Amino acid sequence: MVRTLVVEVKDLVKKFGPIRAVNGASFNVSEGEIFGLIGPNAAGKTTILRIVSTLLQITSGSVKVFGHDVVKEADQVRRLISYLPEDAGAYKNLTGRAYLEFIARFFDNGGGTKKIVERGVEIADLRERIYDKVDTYSKGMIRRLLVGRALMTEPKLAILDEPTSGLDVTNAREIREIIKKSAKRGTTVLLSSHNMLEVEFLCERIALINNGEIVEEGNAPGLKKRYRAENLEEVFTKVVS
Amino acid sequence: MSDLGNIIKKEVRELLTPATIIPVVVMAFVFGAMGYMIGGIAEEAKEKPTIGVINEDNSPLSEIATGVLDNQANVVYSPTNGVNISEGLERVEEEGGAALLVIPSGFSENIYENYPGKIRIYWIMRGAGTMDSVPSQVVDALIQVINREISRNLVEEESPVDPDVTLDPIETSETTIFKGKEIEGLSPGTISGMLSSQSITIPLIMMLIIMMAGGTVITSMGMEKENKTLETLLTLPVKRNYIVIGKIVGSAIVGLVMAAIFMVGFGWYMQSFQTAEINLADFGLALGPQDYFLVGLSVFVALLAGLSLCMFLGTFAKNYKSAQTLILPVTLLAIIPMFMIIIKDFDTFPAVLKIILFAIPFSHPMMAMRALMFDDYLLVLAGIAYVVIFAAVVMTVVAWIFKSDRLLTGRTKTRGEGVRRLIQPLKS
Repeated sequence: MVRTLVVEVKDLVKKFGPIRAVNGASFNVSEGEIFGLIGPNAAGKTTILRIVSTLLQITSGSVKVFGHDVVKEADQVRRLISYLPEDAGAYKNLTGRAYLEFIARFFDNGGGTKKIVERGVEIADLRERIYDKVDTYSKGMIRRLLVGRALMTEPKLAILDEPTSGLDVTNAREIREIIKKSAKRGTTVLLSSHNMLEVEFLCERIALINNGEIVEEGNAPGLKKRYRAENLEEVFTKVVS
Repeated sequence: MSDLGNIIKKEVRELLTPATIIPVVVMAFVFGAMGYMIGGIAEEAKEKPTIGVINEDNSPLSEIATGVLDNQANVVYSPTNGVNISEGLERVEEEGGAALLVIPSGFSENIYENYPGKIRIYWIMRGAGTMDSVPSQVVDALIQVINREISRNLVEEESPVDPDVTLDPIETSETTIFKGKEIEGLSPGTISGMLSSQSITIPLIMMLIIMMAGGTVITSMGMEKENKTLETLLTLPVKRNYIVIGKIVGSAIVGLVMAAIFMVGFGWYMQSFQTAEINLADFGLALGPQDYFLVGLSVFVALLAGLSLCMFLGTFAKNYKSAQTLILPVTLLAIIPMFMIIIKDFDTFPAVLKIILFAIPFSHPMMAMRALMFDDYLLVLAGIAYVVIFAAVVMTVVAWIFKSDRLLTGRTKTRGEGVRRLIQPLKS
């Protein structure tokens, strides 16, 4: 069965002045897939995710989401995606629930915001603390709230930048499970991570990125086999060297 | 370098940035300019006032009066025969003078018959600012000198005039001509005082609204960036224009509420200075419903322009702290016209200052009410049109910024990049 292409990135170049943050990257993500971008700091992962999320303009090349150009048809793309930035925050004066309600109102297509919010509350799993102000949350709680926010709308494409960044082992594990469940329910996931083990656990396919270029692409077992490596870290080291 | 020196050097480097220096330099410039302006007014007060004198009495006592005026004023109109008040007023106005004094026939006779001698003063008022009435105050002082000189003369010649009249032999009757209106019985100083609510309170309210609502917009942008909520907001399925308008309207509401609370307190404070209620309508200075509509429109468009400007500045805010620094230029733009309008009227400023005042969008609602009282619709309508254009231009720029990379990266594509992107299709 041919899977629909959700994300098509072709010869993508993004420059910030003289710096080429992304240098001719190309990759595709299919429907229902969890696709991981892995690479060191400043490799260009976040820039690519921001471009796919319609936040940044493109210097050259093209990026399409469900066939919509992210620059020319940004409004259509925004209806299909949900983006979780790496160091995102929430409005501190709102309660966790009020924050979810605020976001849900933008996605209410007649089914009512309550249903969306309840899903967000369930994903965030903050129990009674969901009624407290965000200002009183720990970093882990904010991240859980934001993951709930990102996935509660059941987006066609979830773009998650370092989804478990700064979380302890237990929280990180739970969030990974939430992401997997979302994918099973039909959400395509494009994520980035430094954590190679996390990517290996979550992603069906991965792209290794270095200095703004995709240096290798495939599934984790295939890559390990090709490079005779025990894990993705070793694959990455061998590819880069 | 010692440890202490190292720390001091680091602190200076951190704190002495263009963002901290430029506002202080601008502030210094503003105070310098204001000092220059007030200095000019002080010089004006020292100069001999320009006046016209019509002496219909030609008696020894009226000669004392004209003598004082000839010595201490610059008399540009003093006909030896024939009385023509219109001609006199025209001449004095041409010369930039402050008043035409008419000493009617029977001036001396009145005094010797134990009635005060009357001097009729036609004031030519050019502005309703607190400093605009300085020339008339100088002329008022001359009237006191005349009063004293005639009083001395009566004492010296041991005239049998009633002691009360001897001590205070002159009485004035006044007509003020201001922007085509003739206001009977009031001097420019009194009119200026009557219009103080328009001259002081309205500019102050406007300044507060701009500062508070504007500060809220800029802070909101700074907070979005500091709390890392902006990226999420920009990826939601909502039009960028709605985000811009939502922030502007939300901040306007907050700013208005804050300004209203402040003004309640300020109103009570101002009331304590008011001794008597003056009805401006009694002097033909009332505003009609269409005038209030224009004032409201002027306030609304200025608020829109101010908040658009704040939104523009807010896009430069990196966090709450930098947002606070960015509020300063807006504060200055609100304070400068406020002081200028309190001090002087638009019409009485030199051309350069008129251009500056007109160019600052917040000036217009500050001037609107006073201008409408004197039927100066052109200034108000031109101001509204200008502010609408200003707001539209700034909002377009803000909308463009919201669609560009600048909000997140602090920069847009370089000029070179833009040119290359333009020529790329031509090459291929």
